[in-house]
Amino acid sequence: MALDATTVTAGAASGAPARPGLTLQRFARRRSTIAFIMALPLIAVIGGLVAWPAGYAIYLSTLNRRMTASIGLENFAILLESETFRMVIWQSCIFAFSAVVLKALLGFWLAHMLHHIPTKGQRIWRGMLLLPWVVPPALSTLGWWWMFDPSYSSLNWILNAIGAPSVPWLGEPWWARTSVIIVNVWAGTPFFMIMYLAALKSVPDQLYEAAAIDGATGWQGLRYVTLPMMRNIISITVLFSLIVTFANYDIVRVLTNGGPRDLTHVFASYAFQVGVLSGNIPRGAAVSLFMFPILAVVAFFVLRGVNQRNREMA
Amino acid sequence: MAQVTLNRIVKEYEGGVQAVKGIDLDIADHEFVVLVGPSGCGKSTTLRMIAGLEEISRGEIRIAGNVVNDIPPRDRDIAMVFQNYALYPHMSVYDNMAFGLMLRKFPKEEIRRRVENAARILDIGMLLDRKPKALSGGQRQRVAMGRAIVRDPKVFLFDEPLSNLDAKLRVQMRTEIKKVHQTVNTTTIYVTHDQVEAMTLADRVVVMNHGVIEQVGPPQELYHRPLTKFVAGFIGSPAMNFIPARLANGGAALNVVLPGGITLPVPEERSRRYAAYAGKEVLFGLRPEHLTEIRPNDHRPNLAHLQLTPEVVEPMGMETLVYTWLEGTEVSARIDPAVAAAPGQALPLAADMGQMHLIDPQTDRVI
Repeated sequence: MALDATTVTAGAASGAPARPGLTLQRFARRRSTIAFIMALPLIAVIGGLVAWPAGYAIYLSTLNRRMTASIGLENFAILLESETFRMVIWQSCIFAFSAVVLKALLGFWLAHMLHHIPTKGQRIWRGMLLLPWVVPPALSTLGWWWMFDPSYSSLNWILNAIGAPSVPWLGEPWWARTSVIIVNVWAGTPFFMIMYLAALKSVPDQLYEAAAIDGATGWQGLRYVTLPMMRNIISITVLFSLIVTFANYDIVRVLTNGGPRDLTHVFASYAFQVGVLSGNIPRGAAVSLFMFPILAVVAFFVLRGVNQRNREMA
Repeated sequence: MAQVTLNRIVKEYEGGVQAVKGIDLDIADHEFVVLVGPSGCGKSTTLRMIAGLEEISRGEIRIAGNVVNDIPPRDRDIAMVFQNYALYPHMSVYDNMAFGLMLRKFPKEEIRRRVENAARILDIGMLLDRKPKALSGGQRQRVAMGRAIVRDPKVFLFDEPLSNLDAKLRVQMRTEIKKVHQTVNTTTIYVTHDQVEAMTLADRVVVMNHGVIEQVGPPQELYHRPLTKFVAGFIGSPAMNFIPARLANGGAALNVVLPGGITLPVPEERSRRYAAYAGKEVLFGLRPEHLTEIRPNDHRPNLAHLQLTPEVVEPMGMETLVYTWLEGTEVSARIDPAVAAAPGQALPLAADMGQMHLIDPQTDRVI
């Protein structure tokens, strides 16, 4: 009977209506509420600088050249029919994918080298190797532009010194595309390096020791332990870099300005040319929006893989 | 299966710090040897040198008669179980166990047969498709052992494999390890800081301290005939009582005089052994289980009666531990739980002097 009485009392207490002040206090004290409040400034910044411009770009892309009337998806249809734009899509993809692959490979190699340098010396090398990523890209690209200059190219000077002919770095389409990729790889590799270095440091030493005892050579350790353990970081870094590289503007703008004959344009530089220089803002907005579906598909698959591995391993 | 021989092994780090100071050890084929000692005593370093994970500064290690100093771990034909399991988190249990065989290019059928056989021994057959994350600590430890078993190596190395498990599981896994050794009978070197693990598992226990071997022997020998104060104190739980005492001449026999004037007669058969220390300061060592309540019809020879006043009483269920302090030295006794013992109340006790030890305080060696 005593137990019943207690149960009834407890039930009555939990069923009683809570005071509104108390509910508000509890709501304010909830971890999710506190987290939301603390994230609010960032949400406001993202809303103001990303969401609103993106929404506005979508709106702009549906307008006519004078921005006086809506023309639906006509800007997109015209772009898809344009041979130049189809070439820009192709160039953007080649530029982004080849640059990201090269950055990933070089970054991994550098990270691996750094990881095996004793901690004391590592700091100096890490600092030096990070420099290309830290220098503002517009400035460093100017330096590269001077090195690629047809008349004063220091690179050509070196080539000539060893008996090789001069290279038209920015004058011919193939070399111009290569030059743009080289500069992007130079500037972006340190980001991969530092991310991979952090990932390498997070692989427990005991896994390598277990692999060594299991019979793995250095190469097999890399293949069966290091790479699988780094897959999530590799995926996230590649995705992030792909987004940034696809949207790259400054290197193309400073080095080639899209030339020769529009053959080095990527989405961002072409959007600027169409939208700002040619005065067709709605079509420029449409150009920039073309990046979105390509990146969304890549992001979907990459993040799905990351989540799956997280569930299985973490 | 193989013998392991350590010949004057030294591990010296930069700056001249020596973790292992020239140890010698012969481990016989099929033997289960446990290296035990406190943190920093050099036991794990020794094991890692045998595994090839740590360079040997000086000395020589032989496995199955071959010097392995410069042979990489993969070619030493050893298997190791780590404290943190070191399972590959991206591989299934099956792949974890099969990895070493796959690298050695075993046929797939043979790999399957061996993995399934090991899984049967360890009772983890139903876990083969799972990833390590989906396993409990005990299951992970079994998988780590399975990974070692499938290789059928010459030597098993265990580096504190039970330290991450809770007390109950530790006891259970201890039995499992012993069972596995009885089944596969591979030479095993096991490192632990837990003397109970050492005593229960080992054919021989190697007690290490400050980079040197204090004593090697079967568990019972270490328990009953420790050579040093360190071994006497390290083996056994609660630890042996060490009481500063004086060895006094009492006519024909010798007496141990404890603080507070408590006098205990030395058994006659030991008089000759201790004669040189008559009149000198010594450490009197007696395990708590040899300081008990006075039992009726107790036929143990060499019992001496004394009376102590417990300050702390710890009922453990199957026994009661009582603690008192003799002029600053803690003394513990193990008594029957049926005996009424209370703090502050004098308790008559029986000391089994046949089990006593005397230690030379100058050398810390058992006399």
